[in-house]
Amino acid sequence: MKTTANKPQPVELSIEKKIKRRNFISFATFFVAGGAAFGGWKWLYNSPEEKAGITGGARQPLRRALNKTELFFRRIFSNDHVVKTYPKERAARVVRVNSDIGLTDESFDVSRWQLSLVKKKGEVLKINIEDLKALPKTEIVYDFKCVEGWDQIQHWAGLRFIDFIDYYQLHDQAKMGYVGMETPDGEYYIGLDMESALHPQTILAYEMNDKPITEEHGAPLRLIIPVKYGIKNLKRIGMINFSNQRPRDYWAEQGYDYYSGL
Amino acid sequence: MKVIHEKHPLAMRWTHWVNFPILLVMIWSGMLIYWANDAYKIEIFGYTFIHFFPDWFYKLLHIPARLAEGMAFHFLFMWFFTLNGIFYLLYTLISGEWRQLVPNRHSFKEAWQVLLHDLHIRKFSPPQKKYNAAQRIAYTAIIIMGFGSVITGLAIYKPVQLYWLTWICGGYHFARIIHFVLTLGYVLFFMIHVMQVVLAGWNNFRSVISGFEVKELEPVPVPAIKKVQPKPKKIVKKPQVTDKTKKSDENDRK
Repeated sequence: MKTTANKPQPVELSIEKKIKRRNFISFATFFVAGGAAFGGWKWLYNSPEEKAGITGGARQPLRRALNKTELFFRRIFSNDHVVKTYPKERAARVVRVNSDIGLTDESFDVSRWQLSLVKKKGEVLKINIEDLKALPKTEIVYDFKCVEGWDQIQHWAGLRFIDFIDYYQLHDQAKMGYVGMETPDGEYYIGLDMESALHPQTILAYEMNDKPITEEHGAPLRLIIPVKYGIKNLKRIGMINFSNQRPRDYWAEQGYDYYSGL
Repeated sequence: MKVIHEKHPLAMRWTHWVNFPILLVMIWSGMLIYWANDAYKIEIFGYTFIHFFPDWFYKLLHIPARLAEGMAFHFLFMWFFTLNGIFYLLYTLISGEWRQLVPNRHSFKEAWQVLLHDLHIRKFSPPQKKYNAAQRIAYTAIIIMGFGSVITGLAIYKPVQLYWLTWICGGYHFARIIHFVLTLGYVLFFMIHVMQVVLAGWNNFRSVISGFEVKELEPVPVPAIKKVQPKPKKIVKKPQVTDKTKKSDENDRK
């Protein structure tokens, strides 16, 4: 018995056994991995919604992924990357209106409008539209892009946000992380990362197709920021402030990406 | 005699099956996004043949009013789709497997013959290695399509930061259309692919999971040749001995 045990046993399996064994291993792996993938999907799909705060309405893990993806794509952000511009003739005559959130306050009077610029807590500067129109005007004809998927070539004019910062001596504020803007009634509000706000094509617009902006498009002053989806292009700006934390943002509270950059 | 014939390497099997659910999630979340501006249709002389997509289709798949959700899923799974694709491409290039995959100068002529054979019009199909000519074209096309989806996806995802990519894709509008049409292409590919796999049978299907096919090897017909070769001689002599030892072994164990 000993001698036979010491003899190298022929481990060579028969072909049938080989086939069976390999089938078993690979199919077992296939079904275990498939089950794990299905379980992972179930976990993700049923994962709890994030706690409502600055952002809200998204599944927790998906919000984390959106924020991480933001960090990745902010690396390639550059002021040298500019949106394509078009000749004026290409601009739409009838400019699409998609939303009136923040514009429904019936007591609002355009002629009495003033911009509240919050320089610091408790230090608010009131600015008239004439003050802004006296500053250098910049025009842009570009393809406005909505998060829904439509786009339209539009013609806007106003003053660049970077010029606004220069004129009102907001260089200290511009070192902060974010800009917040809100409609006068506070119904619609957005937050912008500073680099996008300071992009050379970001404009505080007061003209559309060479005429003052109409009420439905956000008279007298609205934001035009080509490096963001339409949801960040706040109409009827009532207040601008600065902070190092993300300011509240209407659509980020409803499950959309806070960054929403293009 | 049965013989194990190695067919699909492990890396290829993994990337294939990893890709399947990822692509499924990408198509589904893509539809959640597309719904918000479902502008595409096939229209000829003012008559709409197909509108992408009809209401019953949306309702069936619970697609309406889930744009934010769709984007959140799409922008997570895009990473997995891209990484899996890069891994597959690198593997295929470095291992030399691409030689089995990429169409050669005969493929386009042969693919026609394969098609006729599959449709039972032609009796014989041209000789092939791992893939036939039609497979070479289809599988290479699907890799290029995947690459196209990533490029056009980036072009509409970051049209300002990656403006040059948007330019290469023919602008924002055109890039979005290509992105959409490629997805229709996947669905079409999927249907034909599954049908072909069913027709090809178990042995072929198993090879994409366990990596091998089982082939029947016919015994060498001329016995004289066997005798000339030195190895068979040994086998001829030995069996009796080994049989005995085997039997005695078994007895020992008992």
